[in-house]
Amino acid sequence: MPNNKSKARSLLITGGHVIDPASKVNAPMDVLLREGRVAEIAQPNKIRGGADEKYDARGLIVAPGFIDLHVHLREPGQSYKETIATGTAAAAAGGFTSICTMPNTAPVVDTDEWVGWLQNPERGAVVNVFPIAAATRSSRGSSLTDFAALQRAGAVAVTDDGKPILDDEIMRAALRLGAELNLPVVQHAEDTRLTENASMHEGATSFRLGLRGMSSAAEAGIVDRDVRLAQQTRESRLHVAHLSTSDGLKAVRRGKRAKARVSCEVTPHHFTLIDENVGEYDTNFKMNPPLRSASDREAMLVALADGTVDAIATDHAPHAAHEKQVEFERAAFGITGLETALALAITKLHRDHKIPLTRIVELFTSGPARVFDLRGRGSLAQGSFADVTIFDPRKRWTFEAAKSRSLSRNTPFDGWQFTGKVVATVVGGRIVYRTD
Amino acid sequence: MMHRLPFYKMNKPARGSLLGIEHLRDEEILGLLKLARRMNPLKARPLLRNKRIVLLFYEASTRTRSSFEIAAKSLGAITTLVQSSGSSIEKGESLLDTAYTLRAVGADAIVVRHPAAGAPLLMAKHLDIPVINAGDGMHEHPSQALLDAFTILKHKRSFKGLQIAIIGDIYHSRVTRSNCHLLSRFGAKITLCGPPEFVPDVAATLTPGLRITRHVEEALRGADVIMLLRLQKERLAGQKIQLQDYIARYQMTAARLKLARRDAIVMHPGPIIRGLELTAEVADGPQSVIIDEVHNGVPTRMAILARALGKAS
Repeated sequence: MPNNKSKARSLLITGGHVIDPASKVNAPMDVLLREGRVAEIAQPNKIRGGADEKYDARGLIVAPGFIDLHVHLREPGQSYKETIATGTAAAAAGGFTSICTMPNTAPVVDTDEWVGWLQNPERGAVVNVFPIAAATRSSRGSSLTDFAALQRAGAVAVTDDGKPILDDEIMRAALRLGAELNLPVVQHAEDTRLTENASMHEGATSFRLGLRGMSSAAEAGIVDRDVRLAQQTRESRLHVAHLSTSDGLKAVRRGKRAKARVSCEVTPHHFTLIDENVGEYDTNFKMNPPLRSASDREAMLVALADGTVDAIATDHAPHAAHEKQVEFERAAFGITGLETALALAITKLHRDHKIPLTRIVELFTSGPARVFDLRGRGSLAQGSFADVTIFDPRKRWTFEAAKSRSLSRNTPFDGWQFTGKVVATVVGGRIVYRTD
Repeated sequence: MMHRLPFYKMNKPARGSLLGIEHLRDEEILGLLKLARRMNPLKARPLLRNKRIVLLFYEASTRTRSSFEIAAKSLGAITTLVQSSGSSIEKGESLLDTAYTLRAVGADAIVVRHPAAGAPLLMAKHLDIPVINAGDGMHEHPSQALLDAFTILKHKRSFKGLQIAIIGDIYHSRVTRSNCHLLSRFGAKITLCGPPEFVPDVAATLTPGLRITRHVEEALRGADVIMLLRLQKERLAGQKIQLQDYIARYQMTAARLKLARRDAIVMHPGPIIRGLELTAEVADGPQSVIIDEVHNGVPTRMAILARALGKAS
């Protein structure tokens, strides 16, 4: 975690329009950051006294620092794909001040030592890193890790992302233990018994390309079971990662209606792209869960708008060129996403689908903060951490993968024209990214 | 000097590549069929003299491999066979590294068969020489569709209005995908027939006007062309199909064949399994053109290679 303590400096952000859904603020405001906290937030020109540094945010939106619940940083073990330093630099460029990292590294983050290692300042993180630890030893799905020790070391949730917990008893035990500790269990919902050798969504496109498909049922079946298990233990907290199917969404809605503590996230690529976009075997469109049908995408858009979805999460999954430049069926699953998330949200959700900016900011801030109980994050209320994202919702720009801060280039959005761009990212009161 | 492209910047496949039927233009298909009719392996001009053609086979093959090789040699080309066993592929070399290597030894064209769908396209996007798809996974087998079309036109006046029944394991069949793309485009009426495991409902979305039936009798009634398919045990991956049940419901027998038109032809891309998808009586019967298909493979592939290397005049 970046060293945010001992910040004698102060930063005054003036002239901007603050959107802070957690505090129900949507108005022109100035924000003073001091000693790593929000010292004051007030109407324009009302903040008295000076600041060491000023940021002119006229014409810009000033929001709580964005939080990404689902990021693969590839350290330890796969630093040729991404390091904590490069991944957090990409996060900063995408406006994320806090990211939650997935434990499927080499080795798997299943001990308190590794959770501590990830947060060591020597890693060179420029934004806050909140580790998610493995739910079972080596994510083998057979015996639970020491949730209490992992939580004490700083883990904000547990998951076997990528290797879903299929065994009913293990999942039930994970949710129960999580309930005792108030620790969310994150599930990558995929019945891997039904998706062997499959490399994209099952439908007309997979049939045409001669690729084995992953059915919607393989996701929905696990979401459905997990929601039922979560309902059995009242205090248990289930978070459904990268929800992608309309049927999976129905199970989430049922859980929420029954007042179970169920939350879910949707990725920018799942609200933007569909299976047809795989085109002629473009491996930059291969990820898991796969791009789904047009009607699944529509369902995600509805759920993002109506409040069912708690957070937009990127599932940033960097891979080296040689892992993508292969036969489609053999290519690694996953795409990078940190630097394009806000632009896709504004372009697709706000501009094309008229979802208000306040809702979009909520999906990047107070929504995810609530999912993992990140106290003092996702809000600009006085006393909150001095994490701020400043963006221009009207700025038109073109994303160039070659200029990405990530070590990897596996994005389907190279060359895309976007509306909406992050212009400054502030972590702990310090500007860690700004455009000129 | 050849250089490797970064993976986010790729070429268009070289002219003359044959990656699938789906994206060919009508006149390209008709041109190839016309050229194939003019090809005679026994008295061919050495159009491809000194051309080096690599046959890169990652999967077993008898017909396709031998007929591409004979086609190439009939036109005077030099051929080299590279198979996954006994080559660096076995040592873990990637498809593109193998492709660059073959280009570097001087290949003028590569004919590739591969278990992964899209593999020939991947090679073509990174090479400056034509790549010919000799079958990629469950995707396409364009030279087979062309030789099937060539064979059909030897027996039928045109594709327009022809009733074609394709029976068997459609899901795993690259031959069917290519045949549907080719035949439905020229006005044939295609019925796909088999159990849901082999003919999922989504198969009907492949080309406009495809019909699906679970009853072989319905598929056969009035058919001009019957295409049978082998059950692909190597691609079944866990699917449980009761062979006896399949035989009872779908096997092509002399009795069932009577439901089709009297002049219907029986086709099969091979290899055939007598006693499974068809009886020996049908395989060897007067309506069977299965051996003709193999025979026609040579002139068809001569045409494909001549076009690939720009000698299609």
